[in-house]
Parts: sequence; C-alpha cells; structure tokens
Amino acid sequence: MLSRVAENLYWLGRYMERAENTGRIVNVNGNLLLDLPKGIAPGWQPLIEITGSEEIYRKAYNDFEERNVVRFLVGDSQNPSSIIASLSMARENARTIRDIIPRESWELINELYLFARDNVQAGLSKRGRYDYLKRIMRASQTFVGLSGGAMSADPGYEFLCIGRILERADMTTRIIDVRSASLIPKETSGLLPFENIQWISVLKSLTAYQMYRQHVQARVRRAEALRFLLLDDDFPRSVYRCVVLVDESLDELPKREAPKGAVARLKKMVKSGNIAKMAESNSALHEFIDELQIEFGQIHNEIVRTYFHMEEPAQTATQSQSQSAATA
Amino acid sequence: MTIRWRDYKVGGLYDEVMKGAGRPRDHARLLTRYLASLDEDELFSIQAAAELSIKEMGITFTVYTQAEGSIDRAWPLDVIPRVMAADEWRRIESGLKQRVHALNRFINDIYHDQKIIKDGKFPREVLAKSVNFRKECVGVDPPLGVWAHICGSDLVRDNDGTVYVLEDNLRVPSGVSYMLENRQVVKRVFPELFENGGILPVDDYPSQLFDCLAALSPRRSGVPEVVVLTPGIYNSAYFEHSYLAQQMGCELVEGGDLQVSDDNFVYMRTIEGLSRVDVVYRRIDDLFLDPETFRKDSTLGVPGLMRAWKAGNVALANAPGAGVADDKVVYAYVPDIIRYYLDEDPILPNVPTHLCIEEKSRAYVLKNLAKMVVKPANESGGYGMLVGPVSTKKERDAMARRIKKDPRNFIAQPVITLSTVPSIVGKHVEPRHVDLRPFILSSDQMHVTTGGLTRVAMRKGSLVVNSSQGGGSKDTWIVEGGGA
Repeated sequence: MLSRVAENLYWLGRYMERAENTGRIVNVNGNLLLDLPKGIAPGWQPLIEITGSEEIYRKAYNDFEERNVVRFLVGDSQNPSSIIASLSMARENARTIRDIIPRESWELINELYLFARDNVQAGLSKRGRYDYLKRIMRASQTFVGLSGGAMSADPGYEFLCIGRILERADMTTRIIDVRSASLIPKETSGLLPFENIQWISVLKSLTAYQMYRQHVQARVRRAEALRFLLLDDDFPRSVYRCVVLVDESLDELPKREAPKGAVARLKKMVKSGNIAKMAESNSALHEFIDELQIEFGQIHNEIVRTYFHMEEPAQTATQSQSQSAATA
Repeated sequence: MTIRWRDYKVGGLYDEVMKGAGRPRDHARLLTRYLASLDEDELFSIQAAAELSIKEMGITFTVYTQAEGSIDRAWPLDVIPRVMAADEWRRIESGLKQRVHALNRFINDIYHDQKIIKDGKFPREVLAKSVNFRKECVGVDPPLGVWAHICGSDLVRDNDGTVYVLEDNLRVPSGVSYMLENRQVVKRVFPELFENGGILPVDDYPSQLFDCLAALSPRRSGVPEVVVLTPGIYNSAYFEHSYLAQQMGCELVEGGDLQVSDDNFVYMRTIEGLSRVDVVYRRIDDLFLDPETFRKDSTLGVPGLMRAWKAGNVALANAPGAGVADDKVVYAYVPDIIRYYLDEDPILPNVPTHLCIEEKSRAYVLKNLAKMVVKPANESGGYGMLVGPVSTKKERDAMARRIKKDPRNFIAQPVITLSTVPSIVGKHVEPRHVDLRPFILSSDQMHVTTGGLTRVAMRKGSLVVNSSQGGGSKDTWIVEGGGA
C-alpha cells in the first residue's frame, strides 16, 4: 500500500471523527447551559479551550458569546478544526482515494460536506442547530459502519481505524481536562446537584451516559466518571479502550515495533493513573492528561515516521505531501 | 416512436449503418432489424437505462471550471452502436500496425543517426522547429527500441468511403477506458444482439496493456512492478488513469509517491518501505515529468526520473520525446516514413495535407481558407483550429496572420465530411458525424484494439467530436460474417 494512500486514510478517519466530536460538544454544551444557574454557568469559552484553538479564535472574535463560538466551531472555514473545515478536509482526503474506499463511503462524505456547507446558516441558528449537528454526527457514524461493513480488513482499513481512534482518545482527554478545570472548582456540598449535572454533561458529550448508567450504576460522581472515561475496558471512547484498539490495529501492519512501543508506554501510563488523587485535585488531573496527550503525539509521530514519511535512503530532495497532513 | 429506416435520411453522406433509406449495410442488418422491432418507448428507455448505468458505474470525465472547481460529468454515450465489417477492420488493423511500427523506427532514428534526414527524405528544418523534439533523449536506447508504446490514431471516413488517418497521438492518448466501459454498458442494454450478432469482444485490452508494459521491464526475473503515474484528481483523464490501474492491478501513483535514488533506481513509498518500480506508464506530459531535466516548477513529476530512464533502470511508456512524431507537420511525411523504413506502400492513406511551410502550398491555403481545415502543429483536443466552411471572415483573417507569422506551425487539409451513424436526438434517430480512435500497443508484440472509441458530434452538422467540446460517444462493433 502506498504511503500516501495510507496517510489519506488515516486523516480521513481523523477528520470524520473530529467533525462528529465537535458536533457533540457544541450540542451538549447548549443543553448544559439550559440546566445551570447563570452564576455558575461556564458559558462557551471552554469549548474553545477544548479544541485548543484560543489563539486563532481571539484573532477573529472579541468575546465568547454563544453566537461567535458556535460559528467558529461549526461554520468558520478559517478554523481548521471547525466542522466545515474537518468535513472539507475529510472530503479532500477521500477524493484522492476514491478507488480505495467503498463508493458509498465517498458518496456519503461528499453529500455530507455539501449538506454542511449549504445549510450552515441553519446550523448556526439556535433552532436549527440540533438537527444540523445530529445529521452530521449520524453521518459520521454511518461512515464508520459503512467502512466496517464494506472494506476488507487490510492495512488501509487499519489506518482508517487508527486515525479515528487516536482522534477519539484525544478528544476524550480534552473534554475531561477542560470540563473538570473550568466548571466548578470543588465538590462543594452546596453545589452538589450541579456537580452532577456537569459530569453528566461530560459523559453525554462522549455519548457515555447511558453506558455509564448500565455498567457503573453508581450515581454520577467525579471519581467514577473519571475511572469510566479513562480506564474502562469496554466503553469505546474510554482512553484505555482506544489504546487497546490502536494496538490491535497495529498488529495487522508491517514494521510495527516503534509504534507499538509507543502504544505500550501509553497503555502502562493510563493504567497507572491515580484516580483517587485526580478526583481530589484538578492539577493532578491536568498533569496526567498533559502526559497522556504527549503520548498520543508520540504515537502519531511514530506512525508518521514509520509509514508515511520514511527517512529517505537516497539524498534526492523530494516534496512531501502536506495537504493531507494538516492538523488542528 | 418506432424507427422507420425508410425515413432515415442519409443525405449525400456516407452512413456507417445505412446505404440509403431503408437499405442497411450487410453487416448492420441484424442491428437495424432489431432496432426497428422496438416499439414506441423501448429505444428511449434503453437509452435512459444506459445513462443510468453510466451514472451508477461512475463513468465520468472531469471538467475544470473556474466557478465550480473540478466537476465530474457523466460520460456521454449514444446506445446505437457504430458497426464495421470484420474484413474491413482487419485491413485497417494491419494498416495501423504498419504505421506505428514505422513511426517507432522514425523516432528511434531521429534520436540516433537521423538517417532519414541524411538521405534527404525528411527536412531538417521541420525537426529543428519541432516543439516535441527532446534533445535530452538523443542517444538513449529505450527497451526494444520502441518509443511510442501506446498510440491512439484518429480515423475518419470520407464521403466516398475511404478511411483516412487524421492524426496519430503518441504522447499520452486517452479514451481507451471509455471504449471498454461503453461496451460494458451496451452489452447490458442489448444482450440479445451480443448472443448471436458475431460482435468481436474488446475487453482484453487491460491485460494486453499490462503485458505490453511488463515486457519493457529492465528486471528479467520476477513479476515486474508496473505503476500508472497520474497528474492527480484534477486531470480530465483521471478516471481513465485510475480505471486502467485498477484493471491492470497496478498502483496508481502521483509524482510525490516516487523517488529516484542516487544510483538511479526508481522507488515508490509504501507502508512497508521503499519498493522498486520497473515500468512507469506515465500519463504526465514530457515537460512535467522530471523537474531536474524539464520544467523546474513541475510538482507533478519525479526529480531524477530521466536519469533513471537513461540508465536503463526504469522503462517509461511512452518514452519521453516520442511526441516528436505526433506533430501535424511530421504527419504529412508519414507515408514517406513508411516507405523509407519498411519499404512498403502505406495501407492506410493520410488526409491530403498542405504544409504551410512550403511557399506554394501556403499561397494555396491562404487563398482557399474558407474551404479548408487549418490546424496548429502541436495542439490536441481540437483547440486552435479553423474550420473554413463554418468560419467568419474575421476568424479567417486572424488565421491568415498567424500562418504568415509562423508557417511551420500550420497545416491545412480539405474538409473531410465525416461519415455518419444513426444517433438518438431528442425523440428521433438522425445521422450524426463520427470518427474512430483505435489504440495500438507496441513492445515485444503489437496489438490493436478491436475497433476503438467512436466519438460522435451530437450537434447537427457539426464535425467536432471532442468530449471536451460537447461530443458524445458510441460503442464500436466489429462484426464477423453476415453479422449484426
């Protein structure tokens, strides 16, 4: 398999997942704000922090009003991690490998992009937003299903999965990080109901609420929620589960020593996390998540080095493909 | 409407299917009888079914527009086929082989001893002004001495029934994928005719192409690594590039996927690491092939590819520089070229051609512009042409100025009234003009496609068949015996 094709598949997986995740956090935040009293409501700024795009945001907008933040995250093509930009990049990546991915997948991505582009105004309105985002999240899930149901489990498929899963794990940690830091400082007894609401919203942004209730049963508390999202063996968006999935995908690829080494390190690190301490202290949690993110970066780098941009044996200068490698 | 062949107006033209009203050609009897048996709406629902399968199969060509970027258009196909008798085709086939064989000898001679010039059979000044002559190729010995491995020659038939070669495309001719797909579609909609019509198959082309390319491999052992090099998704023929790669089971690569090592071997980057490439079927023009040698600003090509080719470590098809014979002035000399290298008379005639570089011819052309077709020597796709009978005085004057300024760059030919084939036009069947592009493969053996791609000018009276300019296409049936 050509490196370029593998790289395109990897980024296709990442961008589709990113569009879905962004849709999810916008949707859930809107709901959360309706439930919290004005005084302690965190507003929309945390979403900018979650997506790590404060710098670009501040260049274009002066405040963190709902309208601006939603526009930035959903329909602003200047923001490389907005939904519209993610879908546009997903489409560009898919387009060059139309013959590799199932035809229906290409059609789905193409239609989704055109829908998102042509209906962006509806997506920005309070009323139309829910349906708009729901359709995008659905389509992303459909894409996952189509790929699993119509692509041979060859290296190409594994690259698609690895891209998707890494993006997913990354988003899970970002959401935990920002939410726990910015919502309510401590488990103040007087604010307990709202503490619950905020953790419920965290779980919901990761579609984890239902599974949490089924598998944890305990009422939603910070420690249990953290354990579920970081360590659960079975929940598809828990960091640990994601790491296992990446590891399994790598087993299907050649030359996997270095990337697998990085995955093994991450696995160990996740398991060693001290949940009790992180439940107590925001800074402990933040530190831990920082370390995780560095490891995600390492895995990405190893994959790029091993499969996409190998060290060249000959000294001939060659251009690299930068179009697909754009990242937020 | 039911087709009534008695009402079909051939006019004064040569029609490929009908000799005249109500009188089909022998090899078209089955076809015409079948079409006439269809009732009111059947023919149109067949045409609609064909268009739908084209959409579903994703057979497209790409048009680039400023406003919309690149868009894929559904390939235009008229389901009524063009038919030709196998006996006639066999003569054409041998004529094409003869022609391309001689052209390859010519190209090889031009890049080596230039005997044909020394012997006074080909003017040096024509070569001196050829924009497709590549001095970088002088002295290179490509495998088997063949330069133009894939050639697409355009054939036209005049009123009197004579088939002429109109031009030879020796650089990166396209269209063969449409020939193959047209057959797929038409087989689906006319299964009855294929069961007993004696129609010869066309689908062997991808394996013949692969064999043709594989035979060029510099590595003698193992299965050679053949790749198709495309400029990318914005190229109008991208569909064909990816189609052929898929059909041959080869990688479709872009310039960035390949690299050339310091010891002049070509590799492609795969997830397993670098993997050696033996043969590149390149669909990129010469000048974009290698920024080390040709255009430095090319991002489509592969730096060092020419080094590797010259070192004999990789085969390029077609070889760089093969386009030197794909020049409309050189075209005029092809009959002489055939006689010179093969000592045979040409089987297929050229369209009579006036070279504007020759003073007498030029005077004649300038005086008769309104009656002639004038073509620039090195354009393809029908661009830059003047079709005298439908031109305005202003266009003719502009052309006259261009000819006087650069006579070497122009040839003129009498207008050939292309033959016609019944075509579906709105709710009727009317004659429309066609040409034919067969493809000729040359390496250790030669192959000619069975028939080729028939292109049709869908506008009434129009002679312009290029798909980029609104032309359509037809399946081409070579029919054995009494036939379809």
